[in-house]
Amino acid sequence: MIEFTPRKIQSSFWTILSPIISITMTILIGSLIFKILSYPVIESLYQVFVSPFSRPDRIADIFVKACPLIIIGLGLIFCFKANIWNIGAEGQFILGALCAGSFALLFPETKTYTLLFSMFLIGFVGGAIWASIPAILKVRLNVNEILVSLMLVYVAMLFIDFVVRGPLRDPMSFGFPLSKVYPDGAIISKVDFPFIGFLGQFHYGIFITLILCPLIWFFINKTLPGFQIKIFGSSARASEFAGFNKNKITIYVLLVSGGLSGVAGVIEVSANMGRLQPEVSFGYGFTAIIVAFLGRLNPYGVVIAGIIIATAKLGADNAQMVLGIPKVVTGIFEGMLLFFLLAGETIQKYKISIRKDN
Amino acid sequence: MENLLITILLTSIPILLAGLGELVTEKSGVLNLGVEGMMLCGAVAALGSVLIFGNPYIGILFGAVAGILISTVFSFFTITLMTNQVATGLGLTIFATALTGLIGEPFVGKTAASLPKLEIIFLSDIPYLGKILFSNDILVYFAIFLIFFIHFGFQNTKLGIIIRAVGDNHDSAHSIGYSVKLVRWISTSFGGMCAGMGGAYIPLALTPHWSEGMTAGKGWIALALVVFASWMPIRLLIGALIFGGITILQFVAQARGWDVPSQFLNMLPYLATILALALISFKLKHNNYAPACLGKHFLGNK
Repeated sequence: MIEFTPRKIQSSFWTILSPIISITMTILIGSLIFKILSYPVIESLYQVFVSPFSRPDRIADIFVKACPLIIIGLGLIFCFKANIWNIGAEGQFILGALCAGSFALLFPETKTYTLLFSMFLIGFVGGAIWASIPAILKVRLNVNEILVSLMLVYVAMLFIDFVVRGPLRDPMSFGFPLSKVYPDGAIISKVDFPFIGFLGQFHYGIFITLILCPLIWFFINKTLPGFQIKIFGSSARASEFAGFNKNKITIYVLLVSGGLSGVAGVIEVSANMGRLQPEVSFGYGFTAIIVAFLGRLNPYGVVIAGIIIATAKLGADNAQMVLGIPKVVTGIFEGMLLFFLLAGETIQKYKISIRKDN
Repeated sequence: MENLLITILLTSIPILLAGLGELVTEKSGVLNLGVEGMMLCGAVAALGSVLIFGNPYIGILFGAVAGILISTVFSFFTITLMTNQVATGLGLTIFATALTGLIGEPFVGKTAASLPKLEIIFLSDIPYLGKILFSNDILVYFAIFLIFFIHFGFQNTKLGIIIRAVGDNHDSAHSIGYSVKLVRWISTSFGGMCAGMGGAYIPLALTPHWSEGMTAGKGWIALALVVFASWMPIRLLIGALIFGGITILQFVAQARGWDVPSQFLNMLPYLATILALALISFKLKHNNYAPACLGKHFLGNK
């Protein structure tokens, strides 16, 4: 019989080691899956994990892909640290993009970047409002936030679909469900590197992650609200005895997380699409959950995790083109990775020994 | 009108089956958020096996087995390795959505044989009711049977009471000698089987084609229904029928030419879920029916 004894001290070494082991295990089992599906194993692994690094513009595109994942993941740190399960980041992302986009389209001739800054604000508010629905229901009626936030993803997807096919549809779009193109002041431009020029789709929005990451690290580790969130998450009872207001924390973490997802939506659309369309997110909100876990709920960890997952996503695109492997395989990898990471958490928390039954 | 009622009943079957399974799982103290993923596994297994063997009953079998198999992944991680149930359930759905997308790709564009209607002699001749209740396919009868089976099982059988004991107080159940982990494994597998059959019902009776993620949130709605039904099987039927009705409303609206954008009609099941959860939580604010150990780990060392 397997026996679990809680550890008194959790090793920090394991915190770093466990994601590495998890990734290795995922790759091993992933190879097995490729083998079963009779795809060439080495070539498949090369396409998924190495080919995105093969050219400078491809490397740049990794960061482009990682940007929304990292920003949403940074927001999810707040929720998951507080043990609040916001799994509706996808919907908050869409709402942020939609609110900011609708606002931008009201000022078609604007060239100044004041517009872009107001869009960030509006996107944040849009995402936060969407997240406030599960927050308020949770606090007022103790409704499960997992189900509400998830249901709102479907609602948000249908809502943006309605908007771009209805009120915001560009009359010149030849029947395609697309909005008008954003004004210049609402577009995040690509970075023109000195001597090199443009690299892939690398845009200025990516630098926002560089600002957000240390800010959030500081907030969570060095401030009182950050401390309250951590205590609330690890022991709700202890936090109650300490006099922390649990309702305030619940609402706060959901609003921040929803808001950051909204900002991610603004950046994604303003930098890569330049107009609204029915599909603005490609599952970023769900993938970011894996990113947050892989990053061990640490802001710097989330940045690294975002880059790793983005690499695999781009790699899967390449694998589909070169080898015809359907790119849904990344979902299989993501699921397995999450399983292994969670199992790693158990090993970190408990000492496992095997005992003979008497 | 008859046809409408039959359609409502049929539409509610996947949610009902999956919800019944999840109800048993949750009664044993395990919260499996992977229902959506397990349903997809059931759906793809059913469709694939019907395309190969041509017999829809084989499809039910394969759907059930696929549901059980994928649920053992969940059981292994959450019950044996004690991982976080919420995150593992989510992982299961992500994993299964992708896996079924991969497996289902060759099935795109192919049509599977549907489950035949079985008319029950004499009963199906009753005017109105006979058509609605007694000339359906086997899974409809099975789902109705399951409601009463689970209801009486929890009230009157030893196994049912053991499951409830494990879900309400695992330490006590352990101290009188029941294997908490084994009971949870069995209950979770039962949940997986039901979710697999619920998923199988979609290609076998509702839409005979494969499309990626074809369950479209039905698994999540089933999860919400279990809460809405306060863990009571008969209330689950009522809830499932309401959702069947809401889903069908879209088609009625289209047929009658109501001037409402289709997207808003499609939103209704999801909005209704939120509303239902809010209402039931409001009503039960001080009276929680949830199994006391729902989502809690059992170390099993004592």
